[in-house]
Amino acid sequence: MISMIQFSDVTTWIHQLLSSCMAPWLVFLIELVVAAVAAVVALLVCVIIMVYMERKVAGHMQLRHGPNRVGWHGLCQLFADIIKLLLKESFTPTRADKLLFTVAPVLSLCVSLLALAPISWGPGLVLWNTNIGVLFVTAISSMGVIGILMAGWSSNNKYALLGAMRSGAQIVSYELSAGLSIVTIVALAGTLNTGGIIESQANGWWVLKGHLPAIFAFIIYIIASTAECNRAPFDLAEAESELTAGYHTEYSGMQFGIFYLNEYINMGVVAMIASTLFLGGWQPFYLPFDFPLAHAFNDIMALKFMETWPAWISWVSLAWPLVWFFGKLFLIIFFMMWFRWTFPRLRIDQLLKLEWKYLLPLSIVNLVIVALFIVLGLHF
Amino acid sequence: MKALYNYLKEVAFAFVSLANGLLLTLKYFVTPWKSIITENYPDNRDHPSVADEFAGEVILIHDENNEHKCTACTLCQMACPNNSIQIISKQVETEDGKKKKVLDQWVYHLEMCTFCKQCIDACPQDAIKMINSYELSCFDRSTLTKVLNRPGSKLKEKAKVTPKVQE
Repeated sequence: MISMIQFSDVTTWIHQLLSSCMAPWLVFLIELVVAAVAAVVALLVCVIIMVYMERKVAGHMQLRHGPNRVGWHGLCQLFADIIKLLLKESFTPTRADKLLFTVAPVLSLCVSLLALAPISWGPGLVLWNTNIGVLFVTAISSMGVIGILMAGWSSNNKYALLGAMRSGAQIVSYELSAGLSIVTIVALAGTLNTGGIIESQANGWWVLKGHLPAIFAFIIYIIASTAECNRAPFDLAEAESELTAGYHTEYSGMQFGIFYLNEYINMGVVAMIASTLFLGGWQPFYLPFDFPLAHAFNDIMALKFMETWPAWISWVSLAWPLVWFFGKLFLIIFFMMWFRWTFPRLRIDQLLKLEWKYLLPLSIVNLVIVALFIVLGLHF
Repeated sequence: MKALYNYLKEVAFAFVSLANGLLLTLKYFVTPWKSIITENYPDNRDHPSVADEFAGEVILIHDENNEHKCTACTLCQMACPNNSIQIISKQVETEDGKKKKVLDQWVYHLEMCTFCKQCIDACPQDAIKMINSYELSCFDRSTLTKVLNRPGSKLKEKAKVTPKVQE
């Protein structure tokens, strides 16, 4: 697959085309805008699929049909909802802090979109190929709570404030174990660059070749990231039954829509990080064993048989890493939805107990074990 | 050491119980044709599946001879918490000159009924029951006040208990 057409060929071709007729600064500007728009559009398409998927998963898990009136099997339900939100008034309460109230949704949307920058979507398909990619994402995703706190505090509503405060406590706590489980994989891969981490998994995903500690880290990361996304069973920030809607109680219309969108973008980002670190990003499935059947399987997975095919067909192989990337993305998202519609919400003391008494000690011990593995050279 | 063992045991049991819940919802998710219990109501109007126990409205049981079992004792009227039952009785004279109270109109105010089934429990004759009808709404409130006994219906004669002949 590597010898065939790659994304870097496409991007260099676009770059040369633009450079031949424009000034360098204009080329840079256009490339930035085009890349950002492409990433955001790809993510928005994912969000549309995720919202539909969430409603169907929720429906079937609760013995319901889910949306089934608008369009075929309710496929157009989301568009009807968006049109409704766009037509509604974005109301600001009289006593609210108007500036912060307006800024909060936009800020949290910006923060969650920023986390997209260092993510590697395919081989050579990365917005910002930086050597601190994973660090950048963890730093940015912990900033997301500022938007929530801002929304809760400026609403001048006790439910909103309580939800925002809970969300603050929750995200500060769960950052720790999420960070430690990320460090586990960073230590195994030896790099913070997302592309580098994915390439280090060409001979097997970390969750497979990192022994038990990598599986532990994966489980801890999934739990902690669910909490960071403020999703059930950790949805204390918006706990419908206690706090009406938590931090976005006072929001309506498209401002509420942005918070809703934000939740799904966060989920997407978290799932992308999980698939990058643990499930090999855009790498196809690889069996890290040494017998003929495994080799044959790995060759098929790497599309070795397509090398002899005519060149125009090999364009198809361009989509192969993307299929794997989005497949893993939606697998993890399905897991998060599955958790949401199965588990009841935790109390705030149970939430903090889970983090500080269980997840954090376990992830520290796990990190020490991984460090021992690396020192002793026990990993693949 | 014991504390550490207990700690790890707690973690392991937590995962087992979480997995139980996850497997149940996964079963529901992958077999929707078996598990979904919601009705596509207006679409399946001609073949609805409503439980027999569903308390829709009160009816007075009539048999094929247009006879009911209500003796107009008004126990149901007294049991009703919100006065949705009104028993109007009349005095009739029987052949042997006795005066007897019989049912004239069994008035049911459906608009006030809370479907609590207390009238059914109170009835000593099992003359009334609740059926599982559910499309009860209408545009005119007065149509909700119903007379349950059919015109021309009368009290069912009790089967004569013949005393056992001792031999």
